[in-house]
Amino acid sequence: MRETFSLEMKQIVKQFGSVIANDHVDFNCKPGEVHALLGENGAGKSTIMCMLSGVYRPTSGEIYIHGEKVKIRSPKDATKLGVGMVFQNFRLVQTLTAAENIVLGEKSSFWRGPRWMKNKTEEIDSIAKRFGLAFPVDRPIWQLSVGEQQRVEIVKTLYRGAEFIILDEPTSVLTPGEADQLFLTLEQMKSEGKTVILTTHKMKEVMAAADRISVMRKGRMIHTIDKSDTNEKDLARLMVGSDIAPVEIQGRTRPRGELLLNVENLDVYAEHGRKALNNLNLKVYKGEIVGVAGVAGNGQSELAEVLNGLCTWKKGKITFNGVEIKTASVRGAIEAGISHVPENRMKSGLAGSLGVVDNLLFKSYRSEHRSKYGFLKIKSNREWSQKLVEQFDVKTPGIDAPVRQLSGGNQQKLLFAREIDRKPELMVAVHPTQGLDVGATAGVHQLLNGLRDEGKSVLLISEDLEEVMQLSDRILIIYNGSIVGEMRQEEANRERIGLYMAGIREKEEEAV
Amino acid sequence: MSEQPAAGTVSLDKTASETRRRLSFRFEIDPARKESPWWMTIVSIVLALLACAIFIAANGKNPWLVYEKMFRGAFMSEFGITETLVKAIPLLLCGLGVAIAYRISVWNIGAEGQFVAGAIGATAVTVYLPEMPMSLTIPIMIVFAVVAGGIWGALTALPKVYFQVNELITSLMLNYVALLLLDYLVFDPWKDPKGFNFPGTPMFTDAQMLPVLGDTRLHLGLVFALVIVLIYWFTVKYTRWGYELRLIGANQDAARNAGINIKKHILIVMVISGAVAGIAGMSEVTGVTHRLMYGISPGYGYTAIIVAWIAKLNPFGLVISSVLFGGLIVGGYSVQTMGLPSSISSMIQGAILFFLIAGNMISKFRLRRNG
Repeated sequence: MRETFSLEMKQIVKQFGSVIANDHVDFNCKPGEVHALLGENGAGKSTIMCMLSGVYRPTSGEIYIHGEKVKIRSPKDATKLGVGMVFQNFRLVQTLTAAENIVLGEKSSFWRGPRWMKNKTEEIDSIAKRFGLAFPVDRPIWQLSVGEQQRVEIVKTLYRGAEFIILDEPTSVLTPGEADQLFLTLEQMKSEGKTVILTTHKMKEVMAAADRISVMRKGRMIHTIDKSDTNEKDLARLMVGSDIAPVEIQGRTRPRGELLLNVENLDVYAEHGRKALNNLNLKVYKGEIVGVAGVAGNGQSELAEVLNGLCTWKKGKITFNGVEIKTASVRGAIEAGISHVPENRMKSGLAGSLGVVDNLLFKSYRSEHRSKYGFLKIKSNREWSQKLVEQFDVKTPGIDAPVRQLSGGNQQKLLFAREIDRKPELMVAVHPTQGLDVGATAGVHQLLNGLRDEGKSVLLISEDLEEVMQLSDRILIIYNGSIVGEMRQEEANRERIGLYMAGIREKEEEAV
Repeated sequence: MSEQPAAGTVSLDKTASETRRRLSFRFEIDPARKESPWWMTIVSIVLALLACAIFIAANGKNPWLVYEKMFRGAFMSEFGITETLVKAIPLLLCGLGVAIAYRISVWNIGAEGQFVAGAIGATAVTVYLPEMPMSLTIPIMIVFAVVAGGIWGALTALPKVYFQVNELITSLMLNYVALLLLDYLVFDPWKDPKGFNFPGTPMFTDAQMLPVLGDTRLHLGLVFALVIVLIYWFTVKYTRWGYELRLIGANQDAARNAGINIKKHILIVMVISGAVAGIAGMSEVTGVTHRLMYGISPGYGYTAIIVAWIAKLNPFGLVISSVLFGGLIVGGYSVQTMGLPSSISSMIQGAILFFLIAGNMISKFRLRRNG
């Protein structure tokens, strides 16, 4: 065992059911370094960190801390071994003060009155100040900003004597200013001998903060490298992979038609005044599949929401089928012929406790075929549902069975049955194959291709590059709320897309 | 913290982990399960009766005999049955009112106030339009009760929809507003001048009373309640609007994706919820007390919440649960002769609610082998 590593994870495997989230991953840290763990969403970064912090247990593999083999069965174990993790969504009690939250997890100490609490508060305050992480210690959490809450979480790990501090996507909740400040803090931690592990998919942060970088892709550890030996381009290539996997191109069988959707200079603000879409331009023609690739959180959800009337816009113009859409209206979008396959089917696409019939009626129950004078046409709706179930080969115990009981693939088929039966002009499909097995994925791809071959259009928003490259006639890359790159299917390759996705390549002239 | 295993124990080195014993099972929240199974309701009621038996035994009475006497008192005579039904009418109507709101996850606990508002609305007809034939009076009373109850419901819905005010707080507080308004009316402007200072309005005339069945106290309100049960069932199952309610109740996000205006529905449903409870108030003053008086409701609006939950918001289930709770009230009276207070029925009601909620919580968990 080499002495230089303070932490080693060897041949870690984690399996969730049939899915392998981590495939024989090796990971190690040197004392007093900032180690960035880089990878796309779903690359397995969080999974391996969760095993280090005791949230999950590895299926197989070994963990060594300071050369000694350890078993981490629970977060408590991890704390004892000096591992502290700051999760993306904080684990704080809103009504307690910051200091109370920090002493809360201490099993060995109990409440000993105001004097004791005052001492503890001062101790916490001094730790916070030492690391440049000041926050109002005796204010309740709900009064603190998100950045301050994150500091509370970091100080919590420091207070418990953590030597290894894992920050899971720490900047995803921070403003740019707060992020810069966080990086200063990392320097301070390093100088005190702490090891910081940072999971991220943002290249700029990695280059700014890390000493060493490990890149993961699809559950595998690809490479670990010193920052001084690499550059952004190389990292981007490692992250998305340059291996030329045989992508079977499913090209269109006939030329595209006229312009269907035209989005011009669109600005959308999300909550807290964050600009989610920034001067976005997008064109979709009839009879084509347009893929939107990008790292999650760059405006994909907002784009889908705007097109489906779920979210309003500040500036810009949306024209659909030659008619300008003036206000956000879900019913307007439904009636105009826009279909929506939302990113989380059980959260916003289906109602799990309702039966198959009710779920199929979602968007068409207002039509005269499905209801008359305000009454549902029960009998014909059932026949229609039965027909759709058979046509789309949805495996269900019956048309009254709650859709919660269906498998993921069959739920998605049901959703597609509903959306396609409406004969949409445009289908906005967000991560349509997420969580589906190979067979179900192929089924969904077939449906999307079928739509295109009928002269309909699909806007495919997906994080799965392979899927985007395989299906899309045209690929757009979204970054920071704008479309930064565009390429035809023939000219697309992972490397080019990867550079755009990481925000390295600047926008080039349109290549329509 | 819920996703972290509850029984994970520390094992720093091999010897420690071997010597320490570990729990072999742990509780986890089962993500697939949203509702408790139907038999949980029956288990809860049985457990509640068992728990109350301890207190009855502590009072020196045989719980079995007490329960038997309650059952006989409530269901085993014509008088008992009709009295049970008389109590079940306001429970059923108020229960229907809250059930409609609960269907779309609007937690209206203001049926008590809406009930009182309806009673006041109906009585207003006797005060301001006294000389009218029955065929006019009763329909006008219903309209007034519906409007008054509906306004009370809207007072909860409007702040919720426009300012995100929690409906639990407003609906509860409005109960006290309605009760105090009632007190004001019966102690001062509407008080019977010939009533020897009794806090109540004059007795209603025959034209202002609901017809009763034979010489029992069972009144036409039962028909109102059953008609509303049928309308509720039919609407939810067969109409477009009912479908929208089911969708909102099942998944608000999905309903929004289907283009349903949820705020509008909350407003309409709360008005209906209040109106139905208002009809309960109307049927109580015109059918049972025949005057508006102090303490008109012994808490029907609150009991109705339990009634609705036991029935799992099913309209026909509500018929059964309201009769059950009506029987509990009447049974409580009949054990007074054994030297027990009638508040024994309140105790059982409370216990049933307690076990019902606990049962709902527990059935969200599953037992898993540690590993």
